[in-house]
Amino acid sequence: MIERRQAVRDLLAERGELIVVAGLGSPCYDALAAGDHPLDFYNWGAMGSAVMVGLGLALSRPNQPVLVLVGDGEMLMGFGSLATLAQHKPANLTIVILDNEEYAETGMQETATAFGVDLAAVAAACAAPSTKTIRDQRDVGSIRDAMHRCNGLKVAVLKIAKGDVPRTVPIRDGVAIKMRFRNRLLGPDFEP
Amino acid sequence: MANERDKEQGIQPWQRQIFDVFTAGQIDHVSYVHDGGHKGLIALCRNSTGMKTTALSTEEEGVGLAAGLWLGGQRSALLMQSSGVGNCVNTFALAEACRIPLLLLVTMRGEFAEYIPFQIPMGKRTPDILDAMGFDVFRAEHTDEVADVVAGALDQAFFSNRAVAVLLSQRMIGRKNWTK
Repeated sequence: MIERRQAVRDLLAERGELIVVAGLGSPCYDALAAGDHPLDFYNWGAMGSAVMVGLGLALSRPNQPVLVLVGDGEMLMGFGSLATLAQHKPANLTIVILDNEEYAETGMQETATAFGVDLAAVAAACAAPSTKTIRDQRDVGSIRDAMHRCNGLKVAVLKIAKGDVPRTVPIRDGVAIKMRFRNRLLGPDFEP
Repeated sequence: MANERDKEQGIQPWQRQIFDVFTAGQIDHVSYVHDGGHKGLIALCRNSTGMKTTALSTEEEGVGLAAGLWLGGQRSALLMQSSGVGNCVNTFALAEACRIPLLLLVTMRGEFAEYIPFQIPMGKRTPDILDAMGFDVFRAEHTDEVADVVAGALDQAFFSNRAVAVLLSQRMIGRKNWTK
C-alpha cells in the first residue's frame, strides 16, 4: 500500500518548473508537505474543478508539465471532466488520483471507489491514452519521470493507505496564491 | 461577403459582432455547452484559427477551465444558457476567492414565449443568482447594443479582475420553432 505523503514527495522530486494543481483537502496538505512552491495552485474550493484548472494550464502552457493532484472524492464530483479532456488530450498533463476510497476531510466515509468503481478504467473509457493503477510505492517514480517527458496525457490512480495523516496547511488566501503563482509563471509585469 | 456566408450558415449579425469583440479583446479560448442561442457564435469560434475551443460536459467545468487558462496567461469566455448558471454556482467561488476574471455570456431561457415550463425557474432567477455570487451583470435587449455591451463586459472582466456576465435576452435571440 502506498503512503500518500511519501508518494507526493516522490512525484515532486526535482520538480523544476512543474506546475501543480492541488485539489481541495488532503492533496493541498500533501503538496505543502513535499515543499511549498510558487507554482503550486492550491485549489481550496470549487470541488470537482481541479482537473479543469489543470486542463486550462496545460493548454495555455503547452511546453511545461502540469500535474493535477486530486482525491478520489473530488474526482468523483468532477467525473465529467475526464470526458471533456478527450477533445484535447494535452501531452503535458498528468492527473494523479490519490485514492484511499474515503473522504478524509469529513471523517473517513466511503466513496464510490470503496464499492468497486475503478477510476483508471473510467479514464481509459474516456479515451485517455495512458492510464494505470499503482499499488506499490516503488512504481511512483516512473510516473514522475513520464510526467516530465510531456509525451501524452496520463491518468494514474494511486491506491493509498486509508486513514488521515497530520495536516500540513498551505496558504489559503486565494489572491495570494494567484499572485504568487502568476508572478512566478508569467513575471510581475504580465497583463492579459 | 462575410454577411452572405454568415446568413447561409445561420450566423446572426450580432453573433458575428460578438466574435469580432472577442478577437479585438484578445480572447484566446472559448468554452461552452452546445446551445441553440449561441450556435452561430460557437461555429465562428470553432472555425477560427486564432481561437481554441472546448465543448464542456457541464457548464461548471468552464469556470475551472477559465481560471486555469488565465493563470497560464490566456483570456477566455464561457458561453452557456441560463440553466447552466445554476450548474455553476459553487464553482464561482474560485473566481471570487482568487479574483480571477471570468466572462460569461448567457443566453436567456424562460423569460419570453417559453415553450418548456422547466426552463422558467432557472431563467427567472438567473440575474439574482449571478448578482448573489458577486457578478457584475450586464444585459443586452436589442441586437444593436450587443457588441457594445459585450465589449464593456470583456474590458471590465479583464481590466478589473471581475466576474462579469452578459445576459442575452430571449426575445432578442428569437423564438425557437417548436413545431418543426
